[in-house]
Amino acid sequence: MSGHSSYTPKTGIEKWIDARMPLPRLAYDSFVAFPVPRNLNYAYTFGGILAIMLVIQILTGVVLAMHYAANTGLAFESVEKIMRDVNSGWLLRYMHANGASFFFVAVYIHIYRGLYYGSYKAPRELLWILGVLIFFLMMATAFMGYVLPWGQMSFWGATVITGFFTAFPVIGESIQQFLLGGFAVDNPTLNRFFSLHYLLPFMLVGVVILHVWALHVTGQTNPTGIEVKHKTDTVAFTPYATIKDAFAMVVFLAVFAYFVFYMPNFLGHPDNYIVADPLKTPAHIVPEWYFLPFYAILRGITFNIGPIDSKLGGVIAMFGSIAVLFVLPWLDTSKVRSAAYRPWYKLFFWLFVIDTIFLGWLGSRPAEGTYVTMAQIATLYYFCFFLIIMPVLGLIETPKRLPNSITEAVLEKNKGGAHAQPAGAAAAPETKG
Amino acid sequence: MKTILKGFAALGLGMALVTGALGAEEGGHSAAEPTHFPIKKPAYQEWSFAGPFGHYDKAQLQRGLKIYKEVCSACHSMKRVAFRDLEELGYSEDQVKAFAAEYEVEDGPNGDGEMFTRAAKPSDYFPSPFPNVEAAAAANNGAAPPDFSLLAKARAVERGFPNFIFDVFTMYQEQGPDYIHALLTGYNEQPPEGMEIPEGTHYNPYFIAGKSLAMAQPIDDGVVSFDDGSPETLEQYSHDVAAFMMWAAEPKLEDRKKTGFRVMMFMLVFAGLLYLTKRKVWSNVDH
Amino acid sequence: MSANEVSEHNRRDFLYIATGMAGVVGTAAAVWPFIDQMRPDASTLALASIEVDVSSLEPGMSLTAKWRGKPIFIRNRTEKEVEEAKATPLDELKDPIARNANLAGDAEATDVARSAGEGKENWIVMIGSCTHLGCVPLGEQGEYGGWFCPCHGSVYDTAGRIRKGPAPENLHIPQYAFVSDTTIRIG
Repeated sequence: MSGHSSYTPKTGIEKWIDARMPLPRLAYDSFVAFPVPRNLNYAYTFGGILAIMLVIQILTGVVLAMHYAANTGLAFESVEKIMRDVNSGWLLRYMHANGASFFFVAVYIHIYRGLYYGSYKAPRELLWILGVLIFFLMMATAFMGYVLPWGQMSFWGATVITGFFTAFPVIGESIQQFLLGGFAVDNPTLNRFFSLHYLLPFMLVGVVILHVWALHVTGQTNPTGIEVKHKTDTVAFTPYATIKDAFAMVVFLAVFAYFVFYMPNFLGHPDNYIVADPLKTPAHIVPEWYFLPFYAILRGITFNIGPIDSKLGGVIAMFGSIAVLFVLPWLDTSKVRSAAYRPWYKLFFWLFVIDTIFLGWLGSRPAEGTYVTMAQIATLYYFCFFLIIMPVLGLIETPKRLPNSITEAVLEKNKGGAHAQPAGAAAAPETKG
Repeated sequence: MKTILKGFAALGLGMALVTGALGAEEGGHSAAEPTHFPIKKPAYQEWSFAGPFGHYDKAQLQRGLKIYKEVCSACHSMKRVAFRDLEELGYSEDQVKAFAAEYEVEDGPNGDGEMFTRAAKPSDYFPSPFPNVEAAAAANNGAAPPDFSLLAKARAVERGFPNFIFDVFTMYQEQGPDYIHALLTGYNEQPPEGMEIPEGTHYNPYFIAGKSLAMAQPIDDGVVSFDDGSPETLEQYSHDVAAFMMWAAEPKLEDRKKTGFRVMMFMLVFAGLLYLTKRKVWSNVDH
Repeated sequence: MSANEVSEHNRRDFLYIATGMAGVVGTAAAVWPFIDQMRPDASTLALASIEVDVSSLEPGMSLTAKWRGKPIFIRNRTEKEVEEAKATPLDELKDPIARNANLAGDAEATDVARSAGEGKENWIVMIGSCTHLGCVPLGEQGEYGGWFCPCHGSVYDTAGRIRKGPAPENLHIPQYAFVSDTTIRIG
């Protein structure tokens, strides 16, 4: 895709480095000359937004670790000290706590975008799988990070989530004790969670590099889903994509800042301002909002399935809801990539979006009465979407007529509009401006 | 992008319909045996620290401190607040020193290995009325009075749909003080017919975790005197102590909102500049 | 190139520069909290001054207090110690400066300048951190009967002045004052 390099070192120093370790060449080819489809919309800017969020989380995390004490007797107080006494400590901590939420906001939009435009389809299966791996690592990191302030929700969240493993027959109990380093969540748990919470983001960076590498091999998809065929289909990454990404990033960060400065506790839970008490469970244990859909799936399985009891069934369904994403590229049988040309898929996709948000809301409700039934219906649709609708719809749906190329699609869209230009003017966009 | 927006609009409509149906289903609990708490939601109050330009009213905080000192501190600790922090309430260094010196704190061990008590210094934290949680519980019918340092952030009545979405735009973050005010002023209400109140507890429809709580009405009209002419009423006390507790829980609030305004202004300008630049860059390309 | 195109060009350049500048300013401002958090926090600064009760110190006794994470030697010196220190000619000293934060930076290292001052010459208050590499010297030891640092063999006299060994300066004297006859405030 990227073809041969167009980097030409100019000065002596650049030539010297290029002959020894062509890092500037790599950067130039990846982030300057790299051709991106000209028709990308703002849904495609979330990759860059995720990158900046990861950087913010790592930077704020590293400095918070300078003040944090991973000990059950000190953790809560050290966080309060950060909030009260450390210079700019309140800002760093609120950035880190809300940053986790906004990281997930961005990753969910990024995933929905991938589902809508069929970004997981050949030849981008590995790119997609690496992305799911990143999502999984993010969830593990966020979960362990939430335990660190050692509030009531930290403690009981950790107790409930590690309790999943007791669902597995025979070995379950031992697995839980192995994870906790004891019989209950306690100092050994807090210590190892802190260690892993510090480690995992750097592993995440590693997978992100692979994700970006895979992206640069296949090139980006685009809203039409048609592969790039000609040079006129693309523009250079810099300045076109960079400036668009930068604009989207700042808008996203403005919303983030609004929460950090004006509603820093909106996304958190008040009970986490109460120090952990192993003898007293809060009335409703609710995970952070970004786990709620999965939590609803877990609680939706209230019945035994053959030899599998409801507890194990819930755990399997919850892990299954993420595991299914790994095989998604082989579940979709459609020849057409983008939902823009698949009227039925588009409908089911939006139903899926509503379904996941609905699951999230159900996850925040107590598991009783009609909420359980609704969670079961929503869970059913979640799995049907991947396991039935995707394979079947691809075979029976009649897609709309596809344009021949990206350029054609763009010109068609702009026909009669103020931006209409003769084809010749658009033929070599990267030589202009 | 347009299709995405349209999709979100449809989605919002769908959500509204579903939850509307659900809302109709809730309710219909018996008044004598409620299952969801609090029984009554707290009323919205006016707070000087609400909104984007919120700031603490120092006179109010000073009154709140007086109430805490004279009434609440008999049972409730506030162990994460140091005397030095009181300078933020508008007191001078010397006033803080004098205030701290009225308290005794334990220090030591001294050269003989003994713990000893001494007058508190500004660097000390508010001493707790009980040596530990167990002692606090034992002295209070088994219910330890919660620490005050974070209480205003640790109590929030659930907002529910769609209020929690409106809150994002109205910046409503004062659930804690609203709750404290409601609880303190909610003792005079009578339980509905047929409701049984366990012995040693007190009915309060605003209590977040049940129909009654172990704390009796802690304060009433005229208990604390003010020298700034503010009314010495329960209503006023409840406001002042709730504001004080909000300060104790979130002392950096003013700083945060001030910084926030500058950051938001900058972000808007920067985003505007980036948008114009982006338009210029893309002006020669159909996309 | 028409006038119109020139102004268009200028406007574009201005826009690019303004955007770039805003980006630089924003990044710089965002870096500040990350640096700011390294400074000593409010609880540390609150302990920057301590008060020490010295009523129990008879002549010949000392105590060590902790101030800003370092030991502070407070000694009620015997008359003999004071006399010895006074008798030492200044030109024998390795470091002729008093190193007393309560005096001018170039004050001479006379015994009075090292002690708590006229009338309180028996009192000496010093940071117990060897000026060589920061070890804690031992009291009433060494050939001058003052302090001796076991790490690298620096020898201080009864006024805490460096006499032998690798340390370059006299033991430092922090800012302090007698707030009453029996209480010293340090810092």
